Amino acid sequence: MLKLILNRLVLAVLTLVAVCTLVFSVTEALPGDVCTAFLGRNAQGVRLENCRADRELHKPAIERFADWGYGVVSQGDLGRSLKRNKSINKLVGNRMRNTLVLATTAALIGIPLAIFLGVLAALRRDKATDVGISTGSIFAMTLPEFVSATLLIYIFAIQLKWFPAVTTVRHNAPLEDLLPNIVLPVAVLALVMTAHILRMVRSSMIDVMASDFVQMARLKGVPYWQIVFRHALPSAMLPAVNIIALTIAWLLGGVVIIEQVFNYPGIGTLMISAIYDRDLPLVQAIALVLAAIYVGVNLLADLTSLALNPRLRTARG
Amino acid sequence: MTDSAAIENTALAASQSQSTQGRTPQKRSVQVWRSMRRSPAAMIALSILALHLIIALLAPWISPWDWTLQNGYNMLQPPSAAHWFGTDNMGRDVFSRTLMGGREALKVTLLGTLLAMLWGSLTGITLGLLGGRIDEWVMRAVDALLAIPWLLFLLLIISTIGQSGLTLVLTLGFFYGIAVIRVARGATLDFVARDFVMAARVRGESNWTIVRQELLPNVLDSLLVEGAMRWAWMLLAFSSLSFLGFGVVPPTPDWGLMIADTRGIMSIAPWATLFPALALSSLIISINLSADAFGKAMGLDRAKAPV
Amino acid sequence: MNTVYTNIGHTSTGHTGTGAVNNAPVLRVENLSLGYTRHHTDGRTSKVAVLRDVSLQIHKGEVIGLVGESGCGKSTLALALLGFLRGGGEVLGGKVRYGKTSLFDLPDADLAALRGGDIALIPQNAGQSLTPTMKLGAQLAEALKLHSDLPQGQYRARAIELLTLVRLPSPEQLLERYPHQLSGGQQQRVAIAMALAGEPDVLLLDEPTTGLDVTTQAHILELLRELRQRLGTTMVFVSHDLGVIARISDRIAVMYAGELIELGSCAEILRSPAHPYTRGLLAAIPRLASGMLPAALPGYPPAVGARHQGCAFAARCSHVSPDCQERTPDQTALGTRQVRCNLPAPQLRQPLQLEGVPVPEVTVGEPLLSLDQVAVSYQQQSLWQKLRGQPESTATVDGIELSLKRGETLALVGESGSGKSTIMRSICGINPPRRGHIQLDDQPLNLPVEKRDAVLKRRVQMIFQNPDASLNPRHTIAEILAQPLKLYFGLTGAACRAKAAELLAQVRLGEHYLDRLPAQLSGGEKQRVAIARTFAGEPDLILCDEVTSALDVSVQAAVLQLLKQLQAERGVAYLFIAHDLAVVQAIADRVAVLYQGRLCEEGETRDLFAAPWHPYTETLLDAVLQPDPDHNPKLHSDDAAESQPPAQGCPFQNRCPRKLGSQCDNELPDWQQIRGKRLRCHIPARQLIGLQRV
Repeated sequence: MLKLILNRLVLAVLTLVAVCTLVFSVTEALPGDVCTAFLGRNAQGVRLENCRADRELHKPAIERFADWGYGVVSQGDLGRSLKRNKSINKLVGNRMRNTLVLATTAALIGIPLAIFLGVLAALRRDKATDVGISTGSIFAMTLPEFVSATLLIYIFAIQLKWFPAVTTVRHNAPLEDLLPNIVLPVAVLALVMTAHILRMVRSSMIDVMASDFVQMARLKGVPYWQIVFRHALPSAMLPAVNIIALTIAWLLGGVVIIEQVFNYPGIGTLMISAIYDRDLPLVQAIALVLAAIYVGVNLLADLTSLALNPRLRTARG
Repeated sequence: MTDSAAIENTALAASQSQSTQGRTPQKRSVQVWRSMRRSPAAMIALSILALHLIIALLAPWISPWDWTLQNGYNMLQPPSAAHWFGTDNMGRDVFSRTLMGGREALKVTLLGTLLAMLWGSLTGITLGLLGGRIDEWVMRAVDALLAIPWLLFLLLIISTIGQSGLTLVLTLGFFYGIAVIRVARGATLDFVARDFVMAARVRGESNWTIVRQELLPNVLDSLLVEGAMRWAWMLLAFSSLSFLGFGVVPPTPDWGLMIADTRGIMSIAPWATLFPALALSSLIISINLSADAFGKAMGLDRAKAPV
Repeated sequence: MNTVYTNIGHTSTGHTGTGAVNNAPVLRVENLSLGYTRHHTDGRTSKVAVLRDVSLQIHKGEVIGLVGESGCGKSTLALALLGFLRGGGEVLGGKVRYGKTSLFDLPDADLAALRGGDIALIPQNAGQSLTPTMKLGAQLAEALKLHSDLPQGQYRARAIELLTLVRLPSPEQLLERYPHQLSGGQQQRVAIAMALAGEPDVLLLDEPTTGLDVTTQAHILELLRELRQRLGTTMVFVSHDLGVIARISDRIAVMYAGELIELGSCAEILRSPAHPYTRGLLAAIPRLASGMLPAALPGYPPAVGARHQGCAFAARCSHVSPDCQERTPDQTALGTRQVRCNLPAPQLRQPLQLEGVPVPEVTVGEPLLSLDQVAVSYQQQSLWQKLRGQPESTATVDGIELSLKRGETLALVGESGSGKSTIMRSICGINPPRRGHIQLDDQPLNLPVEKRDAVLKRRVQMIFQNPDASLNPRHTIAEILAQPLKLYFGLTGAACRAKAAELLAQVRLGEHYLDRLPAQLSGGEKQRVAIARTFAGEPDLILCDEVTSALDVSVQAAVLQLLKQLQAERGVAYLFIAHDLAVVQAIADRVAVLYQGRLCEEGETRDLFAAPWHPYTETLLDAVLQPDPDHNPKLHSDDAAESQPPAQGCPFQNRCPRKLGSQCDNELPDWQQIRGKRLRCHIPARQLIGLQRV
């Protein structure tokens, strides 16, 4: 089991390295360099020279990549922003916190709700409850985040005036100031997340409820709810866990849009403005951070399935 | 629970065994179509989808107004007989713009989906068939690629190469193809272990023949449903890009762009935002519901992961 | 009422063994019909019967065997005895009574209390019927909590007691294990222990030994016989295998197409069956001692729920009269038994004659295939292991020397994991050997299939176990047969279709099958198509991998005959794998016995089966069950599962009942040649012959 966990850890690190390399090489492969991209029309003369000297662009790409990587690994230093000309760590710090608050709250609401609804739909398969839940989930997950966010703003902020339409606090505001602002973004994110996950849980639960050991449990006279929770649910969650992780990571893309719609001071808005500004060092750093979250979520999923699956737990090594 | 499925299966088995007595069976496509026709949700979804496609084709001829015509005297008008969906902050007719707003999105995503399905499914099926080390390493690369948040990836490329339709088709097609690899490979693995594939290998058929003759007909169901789903996801991504200002270049009308432009004035002119939102949502939802019903009619009642 | 077993090993009153039967029926099935509603595409619905008008009384303390082919409704009936209907099922008429209560009228809660308590089930596939995420201790405790009056503190002790009762080693440790950590035989024993936890009146056993190895099956059956003697439990034993049924039952109920067609004592049914179907079935079972091919029953069993008028068996019956097409026979008494047939009683009483079909003469020709010191393994050494100089792992299959002549049939025999399939896969080039030489005539077959030339590919063909899996469900029969014709001979269009029809004719199928899909064919028909496909390449060697084990007995005989006839016509050689030794006896000229990927003994089928000298061959053959009430299997060694062959010494060292000592552990025995056979054992052959006489 230890070997398995180590294996996963190594894989996670390798994935991160691969993502960094890829993002770095994409930016290198594009026409021009960091400075021409950033300066745009002004990319000439002294400004360009200064910028290039400042970013040490005369060094070969490999060396710069190595320097950057070394900085990240040894001091957690993500580099310096071009536009804002200050440490990326400082830029990212609070926004990272804000994004995590948003995503974690949504996950804490969405995942249990999804499991509950998914199991319910599976047990009432093809009955009204299931049709309702399944159709509802298709609506919720296929509406683009910016559309559902816009609709929620129209209803709850403009018509009912319950919550603010956009966030007006700064990124380094204390948490309690932030809280009223996260209700609508969390609602949108939780909605999409719940819809995705409940569909996986439903299909997995349907498979398990049709399996031999569930039929056998019924034939042993085990009460219905005991079958559902003790016998079926752990097995049903097994295939679902990894797909849930993948889905959550995929939804990170959605977080960016939700933050943009609500003007929420998270890492997503920072990323969009970095891309508008063509601030490539900042973009690279954010890519690394987001990939790290993805890898972290996947690692968590692996550990969960390890806890759920006796086959993995009892494997030798 | 599984009752109805069990009945269907037994009934199917029984009807098939009956046809052993001589009746030739219906074609599978006919069976699938019949089964779909029994679901009202599927028929509604298909009708909406068809309506969208027809409108997109005919939009330039059926639009009552010029969709780029700005009219300073006619701004922010609520819906009326002249302007069914009202006008926006530049006095443009929202109805005409809504009719036109899906053309670019549909064009790009249909081509992109085709590209993604083509390269993704061929790669996926081949990997599933070959297995072994190649499979293992390519799948690791696929997972690593999927670890990059999709939006970041798209934005990075589009913001640097430029926002042409071709760029969008290629990037979307490439990126979504990666996800198709996973699905195609997964569907293939269900069949690779079957003896008919083994029989073909023992017979000495080439890998290409095995992919084409043995595997493709069996994974086609999954791939068709996957393609429809992928199309919906791609539409979602495309309109998100437009919303952020990286998709369609103004003044070409596009729903995502229209929503982005007008949501600031939503408190005074909600129609300018809500009608394009409705159009976009109904298109994506109708594709998804059709795909769902299509999958059910073919006996693939499974949730599809977005990746 | 539950019998309370206060003391394990205590014989409950009144039951002293086989045949001791009290008269009070515990379970009564009264004119039971079960079925489901079929929904037609045009919206109509109709009722389809899966069980029709079944009446059966099960008496206290007896073991009743329910026997029939797949789809005959035997499992449906067994589950109905628990008041359970499979998804979508409904009661169309009749009742099942346990004592005075009617099961299908009970509320769910009462039914749940009864299931596992008064009536318990032992399922077919224990491995999949135990909850994979729960420890065995927790699952046993759950059963005890639901169905016994024990206080919670005693669950553990009782669980250990139960595991000891089913003869599982170190039960304390087992409580902490998960199902997947046990072997198939052990899982089955746990399932039995779990069923006994509620101290049931009636045990239902649904194919409890199907899928297990011969020796494991024999051991489980002995355990069940012993439990039955000790505890006096009433048993309903469902199986498709009359050999198993014969070993354990007092009475046998034969089912066909959802009807109970014959019911009587075990000896009576097996010696003088009355119903034409029972007769046909018994005649179709290959027997170890016969030396002939079994007689085939014509036709195929009807599909589940297929409607028919008159007698269900009329379409296949050799005594059919116009009356049978019209009138559905009733269950009528014939002496002590009940038969459902329109024939007059004297005709039903005629003695059973087991007339086999003589094996067609095949001329054995030149040597064709030879294997010389072949070793195969699945694990490839990784580069890392090679660099670290790790020794290669023990090969899955090693030291195989075999030869096969044209027109000859050689059978590979052994339990699961003996390497039979591995050898086949290496001959057909899917998993080439690590060492040694395989040759067809003088051409090397060591090459993987993709590197062989077209002629060599064509000359070696393979038939698979399950035609459901080996025929692509999306292709029509014509397309399936066209594949080899196109690949090997470049045939297309009308010429190809004509040739495909010709191939179908060879396997006795009409041209109208060409445009059907595999799903529209019965199991036997599908296997014929698969056979036709292999013969399309005009091969010299055909590898037959368990070709009849997915088929019903009544269909199997016809397929065996077909294979032999084709061999006589074409002069092909068969390399045949089967786990059913009686099938091997019927079809093979020579037999090679394998254990853990190593050869133990080889010789002419007749000689080898008459006198199995190697201790493993002896163990294997003596464990075989036969549809004969007088036949008793002998158990020589335990059924402990081995996952890997030993690194050195005799492969059978761990289970050998005649083990000598360290010599067996350390040295691989040499071949001994004697009386046309060869065997690998440290005990001199003459001594082995002597030992077996004792």
